Amino acid sequence: MGDKIAFTIDGKEIQAEPGRTILVAAEEAGVYIPRLCAHRELRPHGSCRVCTVLVNGRPQAACTQPVAGGAVVENDTPQLLEIRRQIVEMLFVEGNHYCMFCEKSGNCELQALAYRFGITAPRFPYLFPERDVDATHPDIFIDRNRCVLCGRCVRASRDVDGKNVFQFVGRGPHKRIAVNAEANLADTDAAVTDKAIEVCPVGAILRKREGYRVPVGRRAYDTKPIGADIERTIAR
Amino acid sequence: MKGNRAAVVREICQAYGRDRRRMMDIVRSVQQAFGCVPGDLMEAIAAETGTHRVEVESVVSFYAFLSGRPRGKVVIRLCSDVIDEMMGARPVAQAFAAELGIEPGQTTADGAIGLEWTPCIGMCDQAPAAMVNDVIVTELTGDKARDIARSLRKHLQPELLVRGYGDGNNAHPLVQAMVHNNIRRRGEVVLAPMLAGEALRKAVAMTPAEVIRDLNTARLRGRGGAGFPTGMKWSFTRRAAGERRYVICNADEGEPGTFKDRVILTECPDLVFEGMAIGGYAVGAAEGIVYLRAEYAYLRRYLESVLQARRERGLLGKGICGKAGFDFDIRIQMGAGAYVCGEETALISSCEGERGDPRNRPPFPAERGYLGQPTTVNNVETFCCVARILEKGPGWFVQMGSSGSPGTKLLSISGDCKVPGVYEVPFGIPVRDLLEMAGGGDAAAVQVGGPSGQMIGPAEFGRKICYDDLATGGALMVFGPERDLLWVVDKFMEFFVHESCGYCTPCRVGNVLLRRRLNEVRQGLGTAADLQYLQELGTTVKSASRCGLGQTSSHPILSTLKNFRHLYEARLKKVDDGMVATFDLRAAVAAAERLAGRSSAHSHAR
Repeated sequence: MGDKIAFTIDGKEIQAEPGRTILVAAEEAGVYIPRLCAHRELRPHGSCRVCTVLVNGRPQAACTQPVAGGAVVENDTPQLLEIRRQIVEMLFVEGNHYCMFCEKSGNCELQALAYRFGITAPRFPYLFPERDVDATHPDIFIDRNRCVLCGRCVRASRDVDGKNVFQFVGRGPHKRIAVNAEANLADTDAAVTDKAIEVCPVGAILRKREGYRVPVGRRAYDTKPIGADIERTIAR
Repeated sequence: MKGNRAAVVREICQAYGRDRRRMMDIVRSVQQAFGCVPGDLMEAIAAETGTHRVEVESVVSFYAFLSGRPRGKVVIRLCSDVIDEMMGARPVAQAFAAELGIEPGQTTADGAIGLEWTPCIGMCDQAPAAMVNDVIVTELTGDKARDIARSLRKHLQPELLVRGYGDGNNAHPLVQAMVHNNIRRRGEVVLAPMLAGEALRKAVAMTPAEVIRDLNTARLRGRGGAGFPTGMKWSFTRRAAGERRYVICNADEGEPGTFKDRVILTECPDLVFEGMAIGGYAVGAAEGIVYLRAEYAYLRRYLESVLQARRERGLLGKGICGKAGFDFDIRIQMGAGAYVCGEETALISSCEGERGDPRNRPPFPAERGYLGQPTTVNNVETFCCVARILEKGPGWFVQMGSSGSPGTKLLSISGDCKVPGVYEVPFGIPVRDLLEMAGGGDAAAVQVGGPSGQMIGPAEFGRKICYDDLATGGALMVFGPERDLLWVVDKFMEFFVHESCGYCTPCRVGNVLLRRRLNEVRQGLGTAADLQYLQELGTTVKSASRCGLGQTSSHPILSTLKNFRHLYEARLKKVDDGMVATFDLRAAVAAAERLAGRSSAHSHAR
């Protein structure tokens, strides 16, 4: 690789490979920028906006913004925490999220972000949308009540699985995840081993017969907050 | 699927080279043939173009004018924007509904006629207006609506509804529209006579770099609203690495209250195409695209004829103006009802046959735009300025307007004024002078730049239309003293909720929440804390949204909280008793009441 690019995040000097996004460069330097739609194995999407940072004072999504030499990036500030809280709260009220009986609880990235940000209840009114559930597939179910429209399944199915099982339809508040069939997942070539099934950050796409298999206490975010794996590299 | 349906789809797909990047044209044509694009046809299109059914569904479901289910052989789309409502669109809708026996959003039982609301169709100067398929009907009344409904029932032929053609090219055999230009003031840049080819011949006598230098000398900035220096954009596009380059004209004039591009395309298309050809020469492009909003489909055949005439005169095609190696042609890409496609990266997505989702920037279109190649996207009016600058010279151009904003600007003025229409004025003109010209002297408020702009009151009418003060794509909506300005704000928020693409969270969810709380305040349920809530949420939507739509969508609320705060304060609950004022007990228990089949005594208490 060529010469490294130097910039700062919250005053910390960071050296990044050219072409890296701010999010990845930060991660490689042990700085966690909260994110939801971004996933290590998928192309950036830039839709959830949880990773909003200030680059030279301007809001940008860290997951899509390439690093630039000399850039001054702000990440862990009260102003940005407030924006991120509001975005996570929007996602909670936009869908129907009932953590207490969701199989994803403890492994859910949305829930984990809420805990990390200290959100106890959203300030916004719940919108209680009518969303549907698709349990037609023998091994997979879709619960659109919990979908946060991050597009991970869309990207994974298209770019990793090569199947285009999932895609967005509709627009604005009516946007939703559809499957490549008249209506049912059972009529697609989705398989339980697909990357698209694995990457859902919430409980919208789940494998059947696996719920609650991991006991409380041993789930992903039971003992450490989301992002801790990245921040731990600082200590090393 | 019946064999002939498949054959028609195959034929349509073949006409577009079975290229899924021409999906907009394909699905529009399929809808034209079958009335809608149902699942079996999505499947057929996908098979023909080598994509997946859900990808076709994704496109069809994005655009308001495309549909997976039948919506009527004839669809009446009544303009719902704020000006049309002020001019009486509601009674017109009621007349249509009564006569047809259906509500907006429904189709008659025989499947013949559908009735819908649609956002601004660019006819605020002759509101209320509607589209009947592609035919525009203007200055509607209840009586006219009943007449139209009865006529359609008889013949189902929208073109027979046109009673008397408008002025200028609206009466052209290829247009035949009842639309009026309402040109109130002509300037020297756009609405002035031109000789096709004159500017282009001058341009090709120069080097491309000299053409761009002239635009820089003229300090030309984009007329669509954002005001980016045109010469700089062109030089980025020219210098970027790529196999081909493209010039795109943004004729997706969707900002409510804006209709000046409609008039330009009707009366000065040669000037637009001349500017595009000059763009092709300057950036090194062989292909140009006009992205024409679906609402202006009635102009398409005429525009095609102007393009053809230019080809015949050697002003498009190969070796333009006798200059060997200068090849450039233009095609028209129709939109299908999506305001967000006026955002240049969303427009490019749409041109490539995708949902009109904006794209992440960087890379900017000048680097990687249409089909991944360097692309310049400019507004209709900007191309007119380019042609005129090349014709008359940058020195002539900079004498007009203000020092920071040379030249003229076309303004679409509508609402509570005696003379709505299009005004070409020099930059730097104060709002007060415009109101005087348009007969809107008693205005209580003016919305500058459409819903994404700002609302100003009389104290600010001395402010000037220019890039350094009130920058605008060209819309001025005038509101008289009797108007409920918070209703206007709600109409604007309704628009943004409808037009958000839904890609990013703040815009998709935030605008719904903003509108909801705004209406609670309007109903007298709010306290001072709710104004704070609107301010904070509006600021988050503005700063965290991904594209220009979301970044400006809270402006109606933020600008009125600033300039018309007293209107909000007047509606606040007088006694702050510490209860959550916006909590509506009755609404909260409504669903339970419905299920129980009885109403609770508490639900009537407040």
